Amino acid sequence: MKLSGSDIIVRTLIEQGTDVVFGYPGGQVINIYDSLYKYRDELKHILTAHEQGASHAADGYARATGKVGVCIATSGPGATNLVTGIATAYIDSVPMVAITGNVPNSTIGTDGFQEIDITGITLPITKHNYFVGSIDRLAPTIREAFRLAKSGRPGPVLVDVPKDVQVAMGDYEPQAPVEADASSAAKDIRIEQAAATINAAKRPFVYFGGGLITSGAQEELLAVAEKIDAPIGCSMMGISGVPTDHPRFLGMQGMHGHYACSMAMHQADCIVALGCRFNDRVTGDRAKFAVGTKIVHIDIDGAELGKTVTLAHGLRGDVKKTLQKLLPLLEQKTHLQWQTTVAHLREEERQGTDSRDGMTPRNVIQILNRYLQENTPVATDVGQHQMWAAQYLNLKKTRRFISSGGLGTMGFGMGAAMGASMGTGERVVLVTGDGSFGMNLNELATAVANQVPLVILLLNNGVLGMVRQWKTLFFDKHYSNTTLDARQTDFVKLAQAFGAQASRALTLEELETALDQAFACDGPYLIDCAIDKDEFVLPMLPPGGSMDDIITRIGD
Amino acid sequence: MKKFTVAILVNNQFGVLNRVTSMFRRRQFNITSLTVSETESESFSRITVQSEGDEVKKEQLINQLYKLPDVCSIAELDNVDTVGRELLLIKLRNDPEVRGDIRSASDAYEGKVVDYTKDSIMIQMVGDSRKIDNFINLMRDFEILEICRTGLVTLQRGATTIRRVTNL
Repeated sequence: MKLSGSDIIVRTLIEQGTDVVFGYPGGQVINIYDSLYKYRDELKHILTAHEQGASHAADGYARATGKVGVCIATSGPGATNLVTGIATAYIDSVPMVAITGNVPNSTIGTDGFQEIDITGITLPITKHNYFVGSIDRLAPTIREAFRLAKSGRPGPVLVDVPKDVQVAMGDYEPQAPVEADASSAAKDIRIEQAAATINAAKRPFVYFGGGLITSGAQEELLAVAEKIDAPIGCSMMGISGVPTDHPRFLGMQGMHGHYACSMAMHQADCIVALGCRFNDRVTGDRAKFAVGTKIVHIDIDGAELGKTVTLAHGLRGDVKKTLQKLLPLLEQKTHLQWQTTVAHLREEERQGTDSRDGMTPRNVIQILNRYLQENTPVATDVGQHQMWAAQYLNLKKTRRFISSGGLGTMGFGMGAAMGASMGTGERVVLVTGDGSFGMNLNELATAVANQVPLVILLLNNGVLGMVRQWKTLFFDKHYSNTTLDARQTDFVKLAQAFGAQASRALTLEELETALDQAFACDGPYLIDCAIDKDEFVLPMLPPGGSMDDIITRIGD
Repeated sequence: MKKFTVAILVNNQFGVLNRVTSMFRRRQFNITSLTVSETESESFSRITVQSEGDEVKKEQLINQLYKLPDVCSIAELDNVDTVGRELLLIKLRNDPEVRGDIRSASDAYEGKVVDYTKDSIMIQMVGDSRKIDNFINLMRDFEILEICRTGLVTLQRGATTIRRVTNL
């Protein structure tokens, strides 16, 4: 059939299984918005307050569902406003298709009004991007974008469509949604070699990142850990990959990881690493990381193997399929001495755990835990609150921790939380801080307009807490531009002004009352939760330090 | 630092060279030589790039290249099984006292004089990079006006082709 380019865009999105898109209209996507109106019964559009919110919403939707998130923005500033969201999705391997309008082909290259080279700008932060110069390439390019976004290591793909292509008439025939490229297990010989190394280990440790969640390999991971008698740890991106309370799970490793987890990984003689990338927040000083430890690394992206750490075995392949082949080659083991060591580390961690009463970050998150249902996604922003959430949340199901890992994007949370809620149909919780929330709080408007069941737990300490922590520890308390109390923002009134419900919690009792109300509320509900400005995220591995430098308590 | 050469077969579309070099830039791979040309097929262009670094760096570069959707095939081209050539054009001051020396050196290197005026001599030379380097060094005794060299083009010896790697 003959359709306009803008109709083809919307029809192709629907054909590819898209049920909701996040975006913002503008001059060079005005035709697409006319088509969105035409097909409004088949494709829901969520108008955000800012294009950045749309990109984070598409990201949150994708993280919570595993499906491709879609966002739309106009040319120029609309497109550049997507950039932070695209970069966030790229570094965390989130499948996303971003569609931007551009000036007509005849104007391209002349610095037309709101013309921007968005394919040039997003070159290093997309898996791939396209400028669609002609109508006959439109549907095939969008399909190709979906295929790329979800194949292999997922990531964002941008499709830039000049206005004349949106207006032109072209042929369109619906097709079935594209499949992701078939992934395969690592080579047999590599798996055999790795199995021999793992079988020889006396202190094995199973470690995973976000790639485990993408691969859906939870069952296989637990089976491997069971068979080789290993404790399990993860990177921040791995959180929710296995249930928090699984007996073998030690939690998160890294700069602010759980003590027992970081120490056990440090003491292991063999690390089985799955779908992760050993970045600096994980390794600390690379020269002192896992010295003498044999690392078996399985990842679908061959470029991650040996990128930052020296491996005993690099296995390029799908984590799930590779583990399925690895499992029968592993010997059933019991490492009693190693179990004792790990139990001792756990006990040390327990003794060192913050046990103070009152509005401590740990108590706040633990109270929140009581309200979480199995399916409740919890999103975060970036900073101290994010680490407290990562350390203390009790999550049961995979894809229920929605957090910006690699890019560390403050302002990620509002959009991402809404996207996660819309993708799953669940009430969602956003744990945020006053710094991060200030970046994209305009999305309260979106949450209210769409009556998103969103509980915003704002840990308000009046400072940029994570930077303040560094300033305290490493910069002689020069709190340069990290103190926010001069702002005098009343977040309760602010939320109410947007049309959301809100209350303030100064005590744990008030917090419970507020959470009772928030979880009974239909739309967004903000809890302004007072936290002391000198709370620390502990333990802390100083930047560039090793496990020998770990800070577990702060003296006065 | 050790130099290495890789040939990259890419889709013949605008912007592809930019995608490849952008990856080099952001991951800080140094390019010591780069050539781009059309190939036996309209669908593909061939990029020959010389970079430097240890084995890990080389592996990383190749793995990162493979992640670009426009990259169709990559061949590592070591010196033993390949023929690598560069073309040099060098322009020198034509001085009666040295023109004999220049011409003998050029002859010894199998160079060819392609332009000759009262004030200048231009020599064309084809060879591997070391030969070109050596000849340029030799010419530093004279007054060099201008140099232009193409960068390395390389093919594997025998019937092996870069397309054979991925059955294109």
